[in-house]
Amino acid sequence: MHDHQMPGAAAVGQVRTETSAEIIEAVARSRRRDQTRFRTIFAATWGVLLGAILIGLLAANKIDPVFLGRWQEFILAGIPITILVSASSIAVAIVFAVIGALGRLSDRPVIYALASFYVSLVRGTPLIVQILFIYLALPQIWDGFAGIPTLVLGVFALAFNYGAYMTEVFRAGIQAIPRGQLEAAAALGMTDRMTMRRVILPQAIRIVTPAIGNEFIAMIKDSALVSLLGVQELLWRAQRVGTQNFRALEALLVAALVYWVLTIVFSLLQDRLEKRMAESDRRV
Amino acid sequence: MTTDERPRDRFAAPGALTPAGSDPIVRLEGLEKYFGSNHVLRGCTLEVYPRETVCLIGRSGSGKSTLLRCTNFLEEPTVGTIEVDGLRVEADPLHQWDREHQERIRQIRLRAQMVFQEFNLFPHMTVLGNLIEGPTRVKGVAEDEAVATAEKYLDKVGLREKRDEYPARLSGGQKQRVAIARALTMEPKVLLFDEPTSALDPTLVGEVLKVMSELAHEGATMIVVTHEMAFAREAADRVYFIEGGTFVEAGPPEQVIEQPQDPRTQQFLSRLLDTV
Repeated sequence: MHDHQMPGAAAVGQVRTETSAEIIEAVARSRRRDQTRFRTIFAATWGVLLGAILIGLLAANKIDPVFLGRWQEFILAGIPITILVSASSIAVAIVFAVIGALGRLSDRPVIYALASFYVSLVRGTPLIVQILFIYLALPQIWDGFAGIPTLVLGVFALAFNYGAYMTEVFRAGIQAIPRGQLEAAAALGMTDRMTMRRVILPQAIRIVTPAIGNEFIAMIKDSALVSLLGVQELLWRAQRVGTQNFRALEALLVAALVYWVLTIVFSLLQDRLEKRMAESDRRV
Repeated sequence: MTTDERPRDRFAAPGALTPAGSDPIVRLEGLEKYFGSNHVLRGCTLEVYPRETVCLIGRSGSGKSTLLRCTNFLEEPTVGTIEVDGLRVEADPLHQWDREHQERIRQIRLRAQMVFQEFNLFPHMTVLGNLIEGPTRVKGVAEDEAVATAEKYLDKVGLREKRDEYPARLSGGQKQRVAIARALTMEPKVLLFDEPTSALDPTLVGEVLKVMSELAHEGATMIVVTHEMAFAREAADRVYFIEGGTFVEAGPPEQVIEQPQDPRTQQFLSRLLDTV
């Protein structure tokens, strides 16, 4: 009885191990194949879409290469200005956001009210209205505003707007700091102000960095709105030469492409930054 | 209130290393603490002499951590007075956020440094940064002097070579030793330990207890909330058993831990030994 069963059981076990190894290998191979197939089709579809638009426009003889040749450089010279506007607006917006967040976390009713008033006002009105208000309406209140460079007005308007949205981001970031950090700071004898500056804010900024990246990418696109103020960034230049030469299609196509590429590039940069931050966190 | 009217700790006694003729350096007088309607501390009075180590033991929820956290006002007691090294501060929950009261509390904290269960190192600063933060920012010590002090205490906890690491790169035991060094760099009058080994992997408990035991034998004044009976037996001058927010029994460890008189202490200790 025993003799009879033993070889049978061993045989079954052996067959199973071999098969499972084979199955694992086969599954992995098929998964790799699926992945490659997915990526190929993905890239091909993108290629077809881009190619179709380009070839379609060229074939229909709607694109004027001479115009592009002559003005492309002028339009592209708006890129550094677009980046300058976006970067400085985000930088100023961070200041607004920190102040706003501290206000929203304050237990003093006046400060809390000021902060919520700011957030509510900004979130309740369109960005374009805010920009035009600062540009057109404020000089009516005080002439001095007319003398401020439009670049500064534009940056202020964008920062004022983004600062309100980022106030909530920073507030969440500050609230995410573990209670133990506050207790450790207090136990060392730190004052509340020192705790905020030395312990909470440095950690909160790290927490909100990925969110700031998203805001920056959104800002690159919204910075186009300051073209309304005559800031000579990407869209302003494209629109200017486009309308002057009755070649809006080419000009706006270039502008759109540049915004698109910029956002893709910064998204990739942000991915890498986030990965690196995640890695340094993992060294726990 | 004159000295005679103060509540006295009937268990108080100078420790083995206490200089003759010293008065208690820490006095917790008649501490009451409510969390809402939950009466957590019911009139705790504790006196600790200089260079003495006192262990607070008791089951979780007995109030021992709350008592320790009241000592440096991480919790504002509902009623009671705290005195550390001659500075007396009366609990004032109604005005606890007033500037003057906060400043008095801060002075207590400078005298009574705490080591937490969860270490609470600052993750965005290196080990050295953690150690000089308090001395330079809070006490106004010059940076090179603070660095020298920090290195001295890093040597003491055996982590000199980790000076420039970030806390994330350290093991739990190393983190807690850094946290002890951080408290020491403030050169406090008394060290408060709030279950310093409870968050540690069992294999790392020993290195932390070793540092604490050395400190105790060198004559640091320490109040330690702990479940480590072996440590209490070896390092404490006195052990207080707390239950339901009051001291049930206290005395030298050989008495409280080896021959507990109160049935509640006996039950606690036998349960603790069962689970270990």
